[in-house]
Amino acid sequence: MTAATPAPLLQVRDLSVTYAGDAGTARAVDGISFDMHAGETVALVGESGCGKTSVAFALMRVMAAGARLGGSSRITFDGTDLLALDERAMRDIRGRKIAMIFQEPAAALNPVMKVGAQVAEVALLHGEKSKRIAWDRAVAMLDRTGIDDAPRRAHQYPHELSGGMRQRVLIAMALMMRPALVIADEPTSALDVTVQAQILDLLRDLQQETGMAVLLITHDFGVVAELCSRAIVMRGGKILEDAPVDQIFHAPKDPYTAELLRAVPRLTADR
Amino acid sequence: MTDRQVQSTNDQRPITLVSVNHLTHQFPARRSLFGTPHTAAPAVNDVTFDIARGETLALVGESGSGKTTTGRAILRLIEPTSGRVTFDSTDVLALDREPLRKLRRRMQIVFQDPHTSLDPRMRIGRTVREGIEAHQLAEGAEADARVARALEEVGLHAGDATKLPHEFSGGQRQRIAIARALAVEPEFVVLDEAVSALDVLVQAQVLALLMQLQRDRGLTYLFIAHNLAVVEQIATRVAVMYFGRIVELADAATLYASPQHDYTRALLSAVPVPDPRVKKKRIVWDGK
Repeated sequence: MTAATPAPLLQVRDLSVTYAGDAGTARAVDGISFDMHAGETVALVGESGCGKTSVAFALMRVMAAGARLGGSSRITFDGTDLLALDERAMRDIRGRKIAMIFQEPAAALNPVMKVGAQVAEVALLHGEKSKRIAWDRAVAMLDRTGIDDAPRRAHQYPHELSGGMRQRVLIAMALMMRPALVIADEPTSALDVTVQAQILDLLRDLQQETGMAVLLITHDFGVVAELCSRAIVMRGGKILEDAPVDQIFHAPKDPYTAELLRAVPRLTADR
Repeated sequence: MTDRQVQSTNDQRPITLVSVNHLTHQFPARRSLFGTPHTAAPAVNDVTFDIARGETLALVGESGSGKTTTGRAILRLIEPTSGRVTFDSTDVLALDREPLRKLRRRMQIVFQDPHTSLDPRMRIGRTVREGIEAHQLAEGAEADARVARALEEVGLHAGDATKLPHEFSGGQRQRIAIARALAVEPEFVVLDEAVSALDVLVQAQVLALLMQLQRDRGLTYLFIAHNLAVVEQIATRVAVMYFGRIVELADAATLYASPQHDYTRALLSAVPVPDPRVKKKRIVWDGK
């Protein structure tokens, strides 16, 4: 259920990110522009170093040391100029309206805090006053992400859970406030293939149920085909191609996209 | 299909190069706070297979399946709890230090991560040269020539010998690791997720290089990997591991066309299809 909206949910204009290092300044993102509408599932795809993760961090306004946004960069989200917000206003948007799912659930979770409390904390940070209610909502969210016996699991610590289950906890945290946009940075790259399949199914179900927009950052064209309706191909900080997935996979306009697709290993049985 | 043919050997050497029998490796049992031992899950449990000269046997499985432990036990990088490994009719597990060291020239390994497997402060020429000198294959100018040859064979330049690892990309570093392994002229190479960390374009190039080197030198590979689509490109035969055991071992063509074990079917059905028009039916295996 995607209602047609007149204005895009997200507008990125002339976004540039540079990193200052020992060897001078490197331009990771070089003046890119794209839109996303509410409920859209879009992939930002490319090889390592193409700038896709820098875009994700810029959208969340979490910048690495030495990273700088170009002067003419603009990011408009739901009518708000994100780059004009102070850090306090941005903190309110982060987690509540735009949430992020990271690649390494083990690194993104607090090792000494019960997973239920980590999910509940998201609600407490965004206005929920009652710890009791936040906990109950956390358990319900963990249950929704397919964690069996969520009331008991909520009391466990990250090391007591498998990699796939930890990723479900991160998804529960991201979706707790029903954000309009979820940025998923290589959400299944660290997982075994059978677990990856389950997590992709879960993300697809949750996307359809909540109508959230998903920006998937990945190098894996198989994952793009599973989850997204549109793909933006990046190389060297620039966008080469931005089109519906059927066009990207079956009639790519850019020779580099075609070359990448030819190199993707695929099972003979799937050809 | 020609890549997959086992090279015919017209000499008198036996067809089997590596033989693994009832290999079992249990990690030492950990004790709980009160001294009661936890039952250690066997990392490898009663694994048996042969590898023929010139073929590529792939060992596939998910994390914790024991595929990496198996590869390392064959080279005695870890000492297995029990079982038998023979290399060209030599009992590997019974060897003393010096004969084992000599045998290691003939069996090499390439690891997954090209960023951590090379010494960052050592010029790559020295990295490649170390094995040549340790095994007294050559010295002086002759060793230099061998280093140059090894680098050129993997698509690098002889002049790269004076550079440091950070001057190379991930794919080039993996080529250096391959050059280091091949410089001592082994017959058998364990490739432990050797292309898994590479971007797809580079991955395709390094796979092609590995197959070319195998054809040129008649190498035998144990190809350890989790990506079934990559394995299909290089494997002669495939062994599927699950929780320390081999659940299925077959010719690659047979295994991919008609997998017999439910776990193999589940694994194959989970591989994402890089085509939005294809929706594959997933098979879930409950592990029984």
